[in-house]
Amino acid sequence: MSAVTGIAENTGLAKILFGRLTFESLPLHEPIVVATFCAVALGGIALVAGVTYFRLWGYLWKEWFTSVDHKKIGIMYMILGLVMFLRGFADAVMMRLQQALAFNGSEGYLNAHHYDQVFTAHGVIMIFFVAMPFVTGLMNYIVPLQIGARDVSFPFLNNFSFWMTTGGAILVMMSLFIGEFAKTGWLAYPPLSNIGYSPDVGVDYYIWALQIAGVGTTLSGINLIATIVKMRCPGMTMMKMPIFTWTSLCTNVLIVASFPVLTACLALLSLDRYIGTNFFTNDLGGNPMMYVNLIWIWGHPEVYILILPLFGVYSEITSTFSGKKLFGYTSMVYATIVITILSYLVWLHHFFTMGSGASVNSFFGITTMIISIPTGAKIFNWLFTMYRGRIRFDLPMMWTVAFMLTFVIGGMTGVMLAIPPADFVLHNSLFLIAHFHNVIIGGVVFGVFAAINFWFPKAFGFKLDEFWGKVSFWFWVIGFWVAFAPLYVLGFMGVTRRMRVFDDPSLQIWFVIAGIGAAMIAAGIGALLVQIAVSIWRRKELTDHTGDPWNGRTLEWATSSPPPDYNFAFTPVVHDNDAWYDMKQRGYARPLQGFKPIHMPKNTGTGIILSGFATALGFALIWYMWLAAAVCFVAIIAGAIYHTFNYKRDFHIPVDHVINTEAERTKLLAAQAAS
Amino acid sequence: MGKTLSRLRIFLLLPLVALLGGCNFVVMNPAGDIAVQQRDLVVVSVVLMLLIIIPVMFLIVFFSWKYRQANTEAKYEPDWDHSTHLELVIWAIPLLIIICLGAITWSSTHLLDPYRRLDRISPGNAATLNDPLLVEVVALDWKWLFIYPEYGVAAVNELVAPVDRQIRFKITATSVMNSFYIPALAGQIYAMPGMETKLHAVINKAGKYDGFSANYSGAGFSNMRFVFHGVDQAGFDGWIAKAKSSQDKLSRDVYLQLEKPSEKVPVKLYNSFDADLYKLILNQCAQPGKMCMSEMMAIDSKGGMGLASARNILPLKYNISQLDGSAAVKNYVASVCTVADAVREAADRTFTPGDSTPMSGAGLPRRRNTTEPFQFTPAPSPAERRASNT
Repeated sequence: MSAVTGIAENTGLAKILFGRLTFESLPLHEPIVVATFCAVALGGIALVAGVTYFRLWGYLWKEWFTSVDHKKIGIMYMILGLVMFLRGFADAVMMRLQQALAFNGSEGYLNAHHYDQVFTAHGVIMIFFVAMPFVTGLMNYIVPLQIGARDVSFPFLNNFSFWMTTGGAILVMMSLFIGEFAKTGWLAYPPLSNIGYSPDVGVDYYIWALQIAGVGTTLSGINLIATIVKMRCPGMTMMKMPIFTWTSLCTNVLIVASFPVLTACLALLSLDRYIGTNFFTNDLGGNPMMYVNLIWIWGHPEVYILILPLFGVYSEITSTFSGKKLFGYTSMVYATIVITILSYLVWLHHFFTMGSGASVNSFFGITTMIISIPTGAKIFNWLFTMYRGRIRFDLPMMWTVAFMLTFVIGGMTGVMLAIPPADFVLHNSLFLIAHFHNVIIGGVVFGVFAAINFWFPKAFGFKLDEFWGKVSFWFWVIGFWVAFAPLYVLGFMGVTRRMRVFDDPSLQIWFVIAGIGAAMIAAGIGALLVQIAVSIWRRKELTDHTGDPWNGRTLEWATSSPPPDYNFAFTPVVHDNDAWYDMKQRGYARPLQGFKPIHMPKNTGTGIILSGFATALGFALIWYMWLAAAVCFVAIIAGAIYHTFNYKRDFHIPVDHVINTEAERTKLLAAQAAS
Repeated sequence: MGKTLSRLRIFLLLPLVALLGGCNFVVMNPAGDIAVQQRDLVVVSVVLMLLIIIPVMFLIVFFSWKYRQANTEAKYEPDWDHSTHLELVIWAIPLLIIICLGAITWSSTHLLDPYRRLDRISPGNAATLNDPLLVEVVALDWKWLFIYPEYGVAAVNELVAPVDRQIRFKITATSVMNSFYIPALAGQIYAMPGMETKLHAVINKAGKYDGFSANYSGAGFSNMRFVFHGVDQAGFDGWIAKAKSSQDKLSRDVYLQLEKPSEKVPVKLYNSFDADLYKLILNQCAQPGKMCMSEMMAIDSKGGMGLASARNILPLKYNISQLDGSAAVKNYVASVCTVADAVREAADRTFTPGDSTPMSGAGLPRRRNTTEPFQFTPAPSPAERRASNT
């Protein structure tokens, strides 16, 4: 199956070295891409120059890139998510602009070749490289602190997972400038994604980006399950775990159980594309419906992988800011577990319209509705946590209330779509788009912002600026409704998704309103960036020395902000739910002596090096550079084996260092108490 | 918070305001009985859910306001975290609503199953028996082909049906997946290559309606639209006559030209079409010389062709040039093999199955006692069996 497209084809040595990559693969004919490339290149050069000028390479390498500290890895995940969020949002803005313009015979400003990549990239990036890093980053940072651990179970694996996720993100970004991305929609349904209908590199970028990132996600899932199961501090039984840790556990169970399905599904697709098998073709007994089933068997749990940790975040925040124990902890835990299990029994609701029989469709419709019962119970639990509380409306709580009001609407439209005959008229329409943005923005994104505002002072030792946070909040919440309410409306007008041009001029006004909403969201994102910048600028005023700025309830608030490398000088002992609240109630006194050297894992560059080879391997496979692919593959295997002989994996933090660190904190706490 | 809410509510009301404003809310105001019933389901489910959602939204706002930190008068119980009664209620209310919705789902999914023949053409009017208008629908890159087998005509990007007569669509696609959707008529169903889906519907009001693909299918997707005309009987007869009088005939060759990707294809009528064209399209063998899926499945259901089958997937050089002259033809059964080839291939060779003595057990074929030549007779494929049943 030689390169099917490409006017200029490499021959001879060039083919062995560069496969199907030629100068024509560079999208020099797309002015938008060229302009973007120039901007990115200039920005990149400035960044590299800045880092070099301030001699930060060594620092970054030693303290961050090779770090196995779960806190630093968590922060790097959040930065990755934020950077990719800007890219994904740029795609969204391009779509909104195209759809607002392409009326009355106008083709808009994007041709099909470009537009189809934009909506595919938007979906892929937002799910895999924004929502997933945010969620994984939060779990990475918070979970070990909440369970009183010093790190995750497998610190090196954690670093490796992060870099694999980043490797996937890098491949997606490369597709913007070298070749192209998939033009198939974010799930790349065959036969459209088969070699016959997508002969270009786009789908290969898609496959290898997801496969490489998928390795990271799966390993990080295993890591966090092991951490939660094995590394809880004494006294923390399962039913005394903080609710965020519970939802993280369920999420990681979902990850470990569902990502292999995605991996297998994409592997079969790549066999179809690379060696001419027929799993998902139309011919020779291949069946595209199998792919659709497989990918949604992963895809539906994925939805819960994204939302469950944020349910945990909302629970922690509601309880903290209401100054109350979480109402119905036990039923909350069981609701989470029920959702975890049920999320595997609903996948077919994504394609009722495929023509399965009525009984199959109603089975999946009803299981879908059943999920709304535990979800509804969660909403009630948050509601009754607020009941008879003393609610402080700091930013995290504002996001939480906005979430509750937004999410119930998204839940309602979701149940509407769960009724198969109703789905027949709404499926694939903009109503569907409005629905899942309603739950993903209203649930996941609002939750991530709540979490960032909530835990930022823990991670950096100073609070985020309140004013700009509120500006961001209002732009986001109002902008969300202005952007997506019109899509609900358009859905009722029978407007379908992924359209590039329209012929009914009466629709235009709604797309214009949606575009205005997108602009408001852009203002919200801008305000968020300003909020972070202003907070760094004013960090002296915003500093919190207590380590517990919100009067928190769980163990992460028991240590300093930012926590020392070892998290806790002494492993905490837990007697009740809301362990830190309980300790404060019982007049906990910080131990000031008896410190011991602390055993810690050592940083290693293996993770970033291996994933660098993995990314190169992906790139080589995309472009059919078989020689380079073989070299990279051998390098990965050899590197992994070599790493197993690395016996210098741990060290002890000297007791003096611990004593000094803790004494410093004692001083700060005393100063705070005095002022 | 009160301010937030009033703002939020305004935006929530937007759809309602617009509804009154009289945009074309075709999904909410359709012209076909099936779509009307589907619309009713949307409305009923929303009403049922609002029963719980409105009180919840009210409580969220009310509690946020009442238990705000500044309100020191409100009761504060920091350790109150459990109430069995309340828990029963908060699990029971959603459960009850879901039981209602589940019952509605079960019955409506069966009643509105697109494969089910209609039992009414409008409320109170039972469907007359056995006179559905059969339309065979083919989604191509990027246009729609409608074949009227009873009338011997076909049309591209124009669908015409008489009002108040049941329409029975058989739907397939040529290359990639699409979704056949006329919002005014009935809900959508996927059009998939090599497979057939069905849809039964009726249009109750004469008019011009939009039809389109609702599933992204590549570059020309946005323009993959057609017009659906609901007309009276006279109008329908007139249209058939018009099609009959057109000059074009949809032969296999013409179809193979039509199949090639194209966009914004104008309406085109054909006075006739090649026999079994739809069946050939469905079985992916409109191209002469290609083995039909039904035949392939028939071979498979007979246990495949053993060694002969293995030989089929080797490159058959003699066959390549006569296909389309391209040397790059993939060496697949689908592209190089006809039934005649396969039968000849099998008949040419007398082969002995390998000795399977070492392997025995459930599922393995019983040892055949033979040197007799393998006999091949194609069996009807499932698709054909279904076709002959209906």
